[in-house]
Amino acid sequence: MNSKKMTVAVLLGIVVAVFLLGMNFYQKRVQNSQTEKVSKAENRMVRFHSPSLGPSDAPVTIVEFFDPACETCRDFYPIVKNLMKQYPKDVRLVLRYAPFHAGSDKVVKLLEASKRQDKYWQTLETILAAQPSWASHGSPNLDVAYQAAAQTGLDIKKALDDAQAAEVEAVLKQDVEDLTALEVKKTPTFFVNGRGLPSFGPDQLASLVAEEVAKNKK
Amino acid sequence: MKRNWNLLVFAWLIAATATASALFIGEVMGMAPCVLCWYQRIFMFPLAVVLGLACYSNDRRGAIYGLALALGGVMVAGYHTLLIAGFVSKAWIPCGLGVSCTEQKLEILNGLQIPWLSLTAFLTVTLLLFLYIKRTSK
Repeated sequence: MNSKKMTVAVLLGIVVAVFLLGMNFYQKRVQNSQTEKVSKAENRMVRFHSPSLGPSDAPVTIVEFFDPACETCRDFYPIVKNLMKQYPKDVRLVLRYAPFHAGSDKVVKLLEASKRQDKYWQTLETILAAQPSWASHGSPNLDVAYQAAAQTGLDIKKALDDAQAAEVEAVLKQDVEDLTALEVKKTPTFFVNGRGLPSFGPDQLASLVAEEVAKNKK
Repeated sequence: MKRNWNLLVFAWLIAATATASALFIGEVMGMAPCVLCWYQRIFMFPLAVVLGLACYSNDRRGAIYGLALALGGVMVAGYHTLLIAGFVSKAWIPCGLGVSCTEQKLEILNGLQIPWLSLTAFLTVTLLLFLYIKRTSK
C-alpha cells in the first residue's frame, strides 16, 4: 500500500469514527432529555382510560405508545405478549395511542368503542393481523379494517356510532397531549417503569424488563 | 505532483464530510430531507464515492466525473439558497407535499441553513477539482 492509499484509508476511518461518536453522543443527549421530561411528568405515563393487560398490581409496567397502522408495532405485539408470558405475575402492559399515520385516529376510536362491547383485545388483535390489507401508508382502507373487526363478533355499526362519542375523542386527545409532552416521536415507544429503551430493539426491551423484574424481586 | 493530489483529497474530504453530515441529520436526528435536499444528496453522495476512489487509485478521470456531479450540485444548492433568501418566488417550489423546502434551519448550529452549507461545499469542491484538472492537464 503506498502512502496515498494509506492516507485515503485513514481519512475514511476518521470520517466514519466521527460519525459514530457523534451518533452516540446525540442519542445519549436525546435520551437524557426524554428521561428528564418523563421524570417531571410521571402522571402522563398511565391514564385511567388506558387499556391494560396483566395483573394490575404488577411491579413492572410496560407502557407502549403504539399506532395500529404501524408495521413495527404489529411485529412487536407477539414479542410483548411473550414477555408477559415469561413473567406472568410481574409484568403489566399499558397501551397508549400514538396515531401518527393517516387514518390511525379513526381506528383508535373504533378500538376505544370496542371496549363498550368488551371486545377490546380481540378487536385489537384482529385489526393488527389484518393490518397489511388496510394500512397502506398514505391511503389507508378503513373499511377493510372495519370488516376485519366485525369478524370478532363486534357489532360494527354500534361501535362506529360509539366511536363518535365525546369521551372517545377525549381519550385520543389526552394520549396525543401526553405523547407530545413525553417526546414520543416514533412508534412503538416503550417505557418500562418509566425508563426508555437505551436503543430500539426487542432484545433491549427484554433486558430492560428483566432488569426491572430483578430489581423488584430483591 | 503530491500537491495536486492534496487538492483532490481535500475535495473528497469535503464531499465525505457533507455526506456523513447529511446522513447524520437525516438518520440520527430524524429530520426528513425535502425534495430539493434530495436532489443535492443525489449529487453529493456519489461525489464522496467517486472522489474517494479517484484519490485511492490516483486517477485523474475521477476528478472530471466528480466535477460534473459538483456542478449539478451547485445548481440545485444555488437554487435552494435563492429560494430561502426569498429571491425566487415561492410559487415555483416543486415540493408541495411533505417537508417544506424553505424551513431547513439547523438548530444545533444556531439556525444555520443547511442549503448554505451545501452550496459552500459544492462550490469548494468545484473550485478544487477545477484547479486539480487544470494543473494535471497535459
